[in-house]
Amino acid sequence: MNIGIGGAAAIVVGSLLGVAVLVGPGWDVPPIEAEQIGWRGVAMEKVVNPRTRAKLVDASQMPEAVWPYEESPEGTPLASEIYENVPVLGHLPVDQFDRLMAQITEWVSPITDDPQEGPLEQGCNYCHNPENLAEDSVYTKIVSRRMIQMTQAINTDWDAHVGNTGVNCYTCHRGLNVPQEIWFTQDQPMRGMAGFRAGQNEPGIASASLPGDPFTPFLLDDQDIRVIGNNALPPASGPVIGTKVTEYTYSLMNHMSEGLGVNCTFCHNSRQFQGWEGAPPQRMTAWHGIRMTRALNVDYLAPLGPEYPDYRLGELGDAPKTNCATCHLGLNLPLNGAPAYLEFPSLGPAGLAPVAADGAPQAALLLPEIDGVVID
Amino acid sequence: MINMEYQNIFTQVQVRPKQPEVGPDLPAQDDPRTGTGFFVYWYGKLGNAQIGPIYLGWLGIISIVCFIVAFEIIGLNMWASVGWDPIQFVRQLFWLALEPPAAEYGLSIPPLNEGGWWLIAGFFLTTSILLWWLRTYRRARALGLGTHVAWAFASAIFLYLVLGFIRPVLMGSWSEAVPFGIFPHLDWTAAFSIRYGNLFYNPFHALSIAFLYGSTLLFAMHGATILAVSRFGGEREIEQITDRGTASERAALFWRWTMGFNATTESIHRWAWWFAVLTTLTGGIGILLTGTVVDNWYLWAVKHQFAPMYPNVFPETVDPALLTGGMQ
Repeated sequence: MNIGIGGAAAIVVGSLLGVAVLVGPGWDVPPIEAEQIGWRGVAMEKVVNPRTRAKLVDASQMPEAVWPYEESPEGTPLASEIYENVPVLGHLPVDQFDRLMAQITEWVSPITDDPQEGPLEQGCNYCHNPENLAEDSVYTKIVSRRMIQMTQAINTDWDAHVGNTGVNCYTCHRGLNVPQEIWFTQDQPMRGMAGFRAGQNEPGIASASLPGDPFTPFLLDDQDIRVIGNNALPPASGPVIGTKVTEYTYSLMNHMSEGLGVNCTFCHNSRQFQGWEGAPPQRMTAWHGIRMTRALNVDYLAPLGPEYPDYRLGELGDAPKTNCATCHLGLNLPLNGAPAYLEFPSLGPAGLAPVAADGAPQAALLLPEIDGVVID
Repeated sequence: MINMEYQNIFTQVQVRPKQPEVGPDLPAQDDPRTGTGFFVYWYGKLGNAQIGPIYLGWLGIISIVCFIVAFEIIGLNMWASVGWDPIQFVRQLFWLALEPPAAEYGLSIPPLNEGGWWLIAGFFLTTSILLWWLRTYRRARALGLGTHVAWAFASAIFLYLVLGFIRPVLMGSWSEAVPFGIFPHLDWTAAFSIRYGNLFYNPFHALSIAFLYGSTLLFAMHGATILAVSRFGGEREIEQITDRGTASERAALFWRWTMGFNATTESIHRWAWWFAVLTTLTGGIGILLTGTVVDNWYLWAVKHQFAPMYPNVFPETVDPALLTGGMQ
């Protein structure tokens, strides 16, 4: 048996390539679980790496409430009777109000003494001036007030997406001042004479070289996501939707897939991506999710731009915004589907300020203009 | 027990005469071949150990120059796109691309940095390929050969031209063409299939795949058969014709006994040639019809009873965009 130098070299190179393929960055080492969800033989499957998923599930546990939920005793004064400048939650009994404030601190700005655990968060003072808690002098207080309204709106108006599970601050924040997954509109600089990237062709969403910012057209603007024709033959006239536009849609879908830790057939019958017949019902939930995300960016997040200091803004000066991964963080059910406002009814439909006698919503609720809720 | 001399990807016999073989005289109007030829051991591991002499001629030289121009335009644009950072150029190389113009430019000439470079690179690459095709044709004729290599190459060139030139022109936009880049052209391929309703249902795509997979099957069968009879000298073209009852005969008998039918030394090469040529020919037709004649291949296949129907196992959902009132 005479392998020779060439044979030995071939075996070594082949083995190294094999190892590189298996353990290279971003690759899943087998075994991968594939669960059949559709008719036999049509490749409708849920594909999951059970080890990656187990880690994500472990890291996505809803924390215990700081103070257990109790009904307020009869005659508890309202927050607005005790505190000044509480336009959004002033109608809550003061003990519920205090409890929510304490919980929001844990969710968004917990005090950590150990710098090893992460950035040193500031507790109440992250949003409040300790000299005068009612003052709106810290920008985070204005932002967080708007975020409370946003949370109430999600839990009230968007049950088509969030069901009765809902969201709370921790769904996105996970104990951090700024959620891990946020996005800004990408600048597309024209560098001199050559090398224009046209918004793509660099390592990006799902490690592809697809357009890096599918969020601005679809989750801020309402450019049509649908690119596939509904007829066998080409239309006689009308705008031609080309392959380049399709790459934006494909990039958004890759983001959803990556952000939710699911493959295409979780929502689509991949033999015909555009068709609703034969598609899993999750597609309906996702459809509402896209509309919800767009509404949150348009109504709540983008308009907050002027409130932020410059270091919180994107390269084009825009406010941080949300996409699917902001809440989902790799799981199709954020925080494994733990009920988010069951113990904090003030963040759900029950927490909305009462409607005035004339039927008009109270001034504080869901105002598109942030200025409307800042009271001196 | 593995016999490494027998089951080896490398050639086991160095084809290496004492003096480099110079080839027949060329016609009087041709330039002489360049170089006198020399031997490289490692080339002999893959094929013939002799390198050169080579015949480039003016077709070959212009073709190489055009290719280098296209290669440089593509590479320098990729490098520019990472701000001329050599490390990022290497790290991101597979993701980088020279992108065709945006849709709004149609078939007009776009600014240099918004697709102009892509058009220029495409022009030089196409010129290079067409000149190299002419070269394969003329060199075959000069040696008194048939032009089978040239026509097989032409089939691949047809697919290349459909993707980058003919179909974009029919669609009225350069933006429909393929970017120059490793991952970007794969992303383009996936997006193209999605946009036009799943190329799986394009019958010419299906034919192309059948010929592609058939080519690999034939290649494996042919390669294996000849290697298997190499112990009888089956890989030696002259002996196999004269020594009946040895290598070639056994190869034929093996297939006749295992599948009842066998190729001949002529027919196996005809099969392989047609399978290879039809892969890109049918593929090119499939691409040419996409978007121009058929917009959604799945719906086309449903219309022509070409797509099988399966029972639906999910609760029925209706496109919410079709519902009116109350929907966001």
